[in-house]
Amino acid sequence: MSAPLSRLALRVAQILALPVFLIVLWWYLSRANTSLFVPTPGTIAGVFGEVWTPERLRTDALPSVLRLLAGFSLAGVLGIALGVLIGSSPRLRAFSEPVLEFFRAIPPPVLVPVLILFAGIDSTMKVAVIISGCIWPILLNTVEGVRAVDPVLADTCRSYGIRGGTRLRTLVLRSASPQIMAGLRQALSIAIILMVISEMFAASSGLGFTIVQFQRGFAIPEMWTGIVLLGLLGFGLAMVFGVVERRVLSWYLGLRRAARGSN
Amino acid sequence: MTLVTAPTPGRPATVPTVAGSAAGPAQPLSRRRRGLPNAVLGLLGIVTFLTGWEAVPRVGLVSTQFLPPASAVLRTLADEMGRPAFWTAVGDTVVAWALGLAIAFAAAVVLGFVVGAVPALRAFTASTAEFLRPIPSVALIPLAALMFATDIRSTLMLVVYAAFWQVYIQVLYGVADIDPVAEDTARSYGLSRWSRVRHVAWPSALPYVLTGLRLGAAVALILAVTAELIIGSPGLGQSIAVAQSSGATADVYALVIATGALGVIVNIVVRVVERRLLRWHSSVRGEVTV
Repeated sequence: MSAPLSRLALRVAQILALPVFLIVLWWYLSRANTSLFVPTPGTIAGVFGEVWTPERLRTDALPSVLRLLAGFSLAGVLGIALGVLIGSSPRLRAFSEPVLEFFRAIPPPVLVPVLILFAGIDSTMKVAVIISGCIWPILLNTVEGVRAVDPVLADTCRSYGIRGGTRLRTLVLRSASPQIMAGLRQALSIAIILMVISEMFAASSGLGFTIVQFQRGFAIPEMWTGIVLLGLLGFGLAMVFGVVERRVLSWYLGLRRAARGSN
Repeated sequence: MTLVTAPTPGRPATVPTVAGSAAGPAQPLSRRRRGLPNAVLGLLGIVTFLTGWEAVPRVGLVSTQFLPPASAVLRTLADEMGRPAFWTAVGDTVVAWALGLAIAFAAAVVLGFVVGAVPALRAFTASTAEFLRPIPSVALIPLAALMFATDIRSTLMLVVYAAFWQVYIQVLYGVADIDPVAEDTARSYGLSRWSRVRHVAWPSALPYVLTGLRLGAAVALILAVTAELIIGSPGLGQSIAVAQSSGATADVYALVIATGALGVIVNIVVRVVERRLLRWHSSVRGEVTV
């Protein structure tokens, strides 16, 4: 009976040992050396509660996150729709590919100064920046995924007379979904970058703006709490995405396990 | 910056990756296309795009102050390319990108192989890696700005952090994917530890390492330009910020096109390297999947 228990203990140790060690090391180093820029973890934890009050989270962090989600989901809808369209037609794909590849190659943050010209520095600009930056991986991955639909399945669909919405749902989107999810994952991290950048470059509120304000005012521990908050945000979004991905791709992951097992 | 776990983004079809094989067999090569060849269609697409860009501001849909016509932007780009300052900026960006990517790549490959080869190390570092990886590297911008101001080191800090995780995760996948039979065979033939790494582990993991390099190269360029844009370290990003704040709209567009071209060149170079180093691999892979 003690075997599962000790296995559990080992697992907990595996998860916690290194983080605890690193934090202790950080504590020790930042205490020994009175660097201006690196406060002790204790100081940061202490200041965190003071800085990120519920009030501030509501006025600064929440709008940023909502813009992020709005931009990301709009980019997802647009990217998948256009991707299915382009991916289903070889000629349309050949026609648009060079232009799309070029847009994908532009580092998304340089779009911030361009879009400021059009939309000023309000929320519209920031959502537009997020959409224009993270649509490309979604779009191009969808194109690749739709293109690689198994021809046997496509022929089967045709001979059973499956077309229209049913074909789209059961064949095209299904078989492209591993690649679409990979594109969405890439887009999510670009979306976080762009959310922060658009607020750092020009804004009067938001998470990125607040953190840069702290930095310019040499409020070092406060600045660190912002870094920690951004880290937690990135981590949280990645966790949520992982859960969604496992649900959406459960058929695919199962298929892969089965394929590996039978080899 | 955080991309990726298992299904690899980028272009899954070109390289054998975790996701590549399962999305269905590649399109049969035998499908004949009638009509215009793809290259001509692509060229036509570019011409259509440029014509549209030229027409929209000329017709007056958008003010030329916000969107100068394509011809004006391309002329400005040609002017820029005649100036030494432009090439200095390009050089600064490329140096920061290459140096950062090289540091991240070397560190990630060495660490990835060591951690990947020792199960206990892997188990104990997994939680830390899973936590640090999704932290957006832009969160480090204020810290970099404080510590290094507009020095190249602040760019490097962001680039290395972002690119490291891309390569590291792929190396871990690669090391986990080593065929146990090949490993055992090498062992029973009495290959030393080092030659097993050299002749078994490295070639098995190479496709993953190169996928990591490709992802890391793209991310490194994004972060290099971001650091220049926001912190103001020298390079193309800084030139864009200066042009934007001085209202030189055509210059902003010209420089954006220049960074896009740089991105295309980076993609092409990495893809060529990948294809060269994996010539042997793709062919083997093709036989197996048939």
